[in-house]
Amino acid sequence: MKPVIQLKSVHKAFQSVRAVNGIDLTVFEGQFTAILGPNGAGKTTLVEMIEGIQRPDSGEIRILGLEWKGNEKTLHHAIGLSLQETRFIDRLTVWETLRLFASFYDLGKDRVSEILETVNLQGKTGAYTMNLSGGQRQRLALALALINRPKVLLLDEPTTGLDPNARRDIWSILLDLKHRSNTSLVLTTHYMEEAEQLCDNIMIIDKGLVLREGTMDQLLSEDAAEKIIAFSFETPHPPCGDFDKKCPFPVYWDEKNGKGTILLSNIEGQLPQFLDFLNTRGFRIKNMECRRKTLDDLFTALTGRRLDE
Amino acid sequence: MNKRFHMQQFLHLTLAHLKEVTRQPAVLFWGIIFPILLSIGLGMAFTRSAETIHHIGFVRSDAFDSPSPAAPDIEALFTRSVHDPHHTLSIRDETSFTLTVHDDTLGDTAYLFETGSWDESILKLKQGRIHMIMEMTGAGVVYHFDPLNPDARLAWHSLSPLVDVDAPPAGKEVKTDATMPDADARVSPLEMPGTRYIDFLIPGLVSMTVMMSCMWGISYGMIDKRSKKLLRRMVATPMVKSHFLAALMLVRIFINIVESALLVFFAWLIFDVAVQGSTGALALVFIAGNIAFCGIAVFVSSRTANTEVGNGMINAVVMPMTLLSGVFFSYHNFPEWSIPVIGKLPLALLVDGIRAIFTEGAGLAETAPAAMLLFLTGAVFFAAGLKIFKWH
Ligand SMILES: Nc1ncnc2c1ncn2[C@@H]1O[C@H](COP(=O)(O)OP(=O)(O)OP(=O)(O)O)[C@@H](O)[C@H]1O
Ligand SMILES: [Mg+2]
Repeated sequence: MKPVIQLKSVHKAFQSVRAVNGIDLTVFEGQFTAILGPNGAGKTTLVEMIEGIQRPDSGEIRILGLEWKGNEKTLHHAIGLSLQETRFIDRLTVWETLRLFASFYDLGKDRVSEILETVNLQGKTGAYTMNLSGGQRQRLALALALINRPKVLLLDEPTTGLDPNARRDIWSILLDLKHRSNTSLVLTTHYMEEAEQLCDNIMIIDKGLVLREGTMDQLLSEDAAEKIIAFSFETPHPPCGDFDKKCPFPVYWDEKNGKGTILLSNIEGQLPQFLDFLNTRGFRIKNMECRRKTLDDLFTALTGRRLDE
Repeated sequence: MNKRFHMQQFLHLTLAHLKEVTRQPAVLFWGIIFPILLSIGLGMAFTRSAETIHHIGFVRSDAFDSPSPAAPDIEALFTRSVHDPHHTLSIRDETSFTLTVHDDTLGDTAYLFETGSWDESILKLKQGRIHMIMEMTGAGVVYHFDPLNPDARLAWHSLSPLVDVDAPPAGKEVKTDATMPDADARVSPLEMPGTRYIDFLIPGLVSMTVMMSCMWGISYGMIDKRSKKLLRRMVATPMVKSHFLAALMLVRIFINIVESALLVFFAWLIFDVAVQGSTGALALVFIAGNIAFCGIAVFVSSRTANTEVGNGMINAVVMPMTLLSGVFFSYHNFPEWSIPVIGKLPLALLVDGIRAIFTEGAGLAETAPAAMLLFLTGAVFFAAGLKIFKWH
């Protein structure tokens, strides 16, 4: 397999913020990679550096074996992308918008009709872009990303803010693409399910650093013994600060739902210890379950935040 | 293949810009018509200064050896003023003199007389440097002005009572004409095309429309797309950057041609305003002005993504030029030292050029230098703007 995207030790800082702090990434031909991370993790900065929109302070970025410098034209032809938020020219129709972008790639009407079908916007060709729904707008952004049949596709949060149905529409377009072409994809997302459904490879980042990387199975089978204990209390809920300081293990406490989770690597030894701790503090358990770790749990354990926060 | 690619790209960019503007009438209104209305209001307010100065042409057709005013001559004309302590009569130089009427409550009023031949004075009147001509004839004084010009009327009303028409010009007997008992002071309305205030105003309005439309239209086209991250999205494609800007300018120039043609058409229909000079020169100066303001607009909005900052910067460019460049009233009323500077402002160059073609019948030879200067201004600002342009 040919590597399509190669990043080596990429750094980028804004004043005092180290947005990307030494990231390596390799994406092979036909591979779909998800970058998961909480707000401000550095996802957009990373993706925009791959897109050639931002320049890294240091490190190396190669796409199809080429550096950005001196190869802008070739790479612009090879890449398709959607930004985290783009709005279009308000009073241009869907058709006209696609036609405009098609002209940038020397493509004509036929390709516009074709792509409209791919993203299922045939019914909206004459609508002004300002009158599109959120899902339709994201599909138009996707159509613009796909119009040049890119070898490399880079999507920054393509489904954020959409309802589950609209999200699934986009997934099916991308899954279809995966089966029919050997386009490589990098997408950023807050949705674990999205990464799970679409991507072969997942990279979890926070504060500009890679925390874990691998396939879904690899991520979840690392420390196979790790188990998740989820619990809730009889009222009153304890204040969350109490746990952090005194509990022997890191606890994630969801204040809103009154639920907590802990990640245990040695359940026989640690569970009794945890129960003892609760007893001495006088907390009475209402509900408790032990389950296999999910990506969500892993993410929470690694970053101290929930994916959907 | 490559050529077709560029043509296609440019065509679709142009169409997109054009549709964006024509499908949004509110932008046309707020971007172009509203600033004009606003500027008219401001322009009116600005003419009221503490010291009122009336520039008046002084022509002697009663046949004398020299047209220069001699002190006794003038004193004879304003005998009352000579004795009034509130009036000051002074000879400035060979060709001009002033009469100042002091008034603590209303502010001083100064009449600045510029002597010259009839033809010279008419030219000054067309350029807005004077708004009335006072002609000394054998039969008395004749005032020439456009009755619709409020400044000229005011000057006539306040000046005519001060003039001592009985005083015979020194060295010559005046025959009293029995058939014209009231012929001592007459008003001769100037109504021939080219001399009225409307003739002065229309070239100014055309120029201002061009400036406003370029500045607001182009910066809207760029700042809006920059703040929407659409520019960022577009330059991540193989789009040629200069095509984007060139298409934006082309659309703007096209719109300006239509708008100016409409303005001139109505001025012709209603007021009989006509182009007296060369239409080729008019086209040249007009296009040069468009290029100048397109260049300035690209420069001014080359970096900001914030509409409010952009608006502020545009106002900072547009407002002073509108007030200074002789759109509504001649900038020759400003202090003398400032006039050469003001005359080089892009808007002043454009106004003066178009006005000379409209009212003075100027041709290519007279207007080519101004046109070159405007082209150059546009090119310099465009190049500088492109250099610092922020696509992301
Ligand atoms: N142009 C900029 N100037 C200053 N700081 C910036 C800039 N762009 C990003 N940052 C900072 O860099 C960090 C990473 O931002 P980035 O947009 O890459 O995060 P993200 O992972 O995409 O977040 P989100 O999920 O909210 O989109 C943040 O702390 C952000 O404030
Ligand atoms: Mg982001």
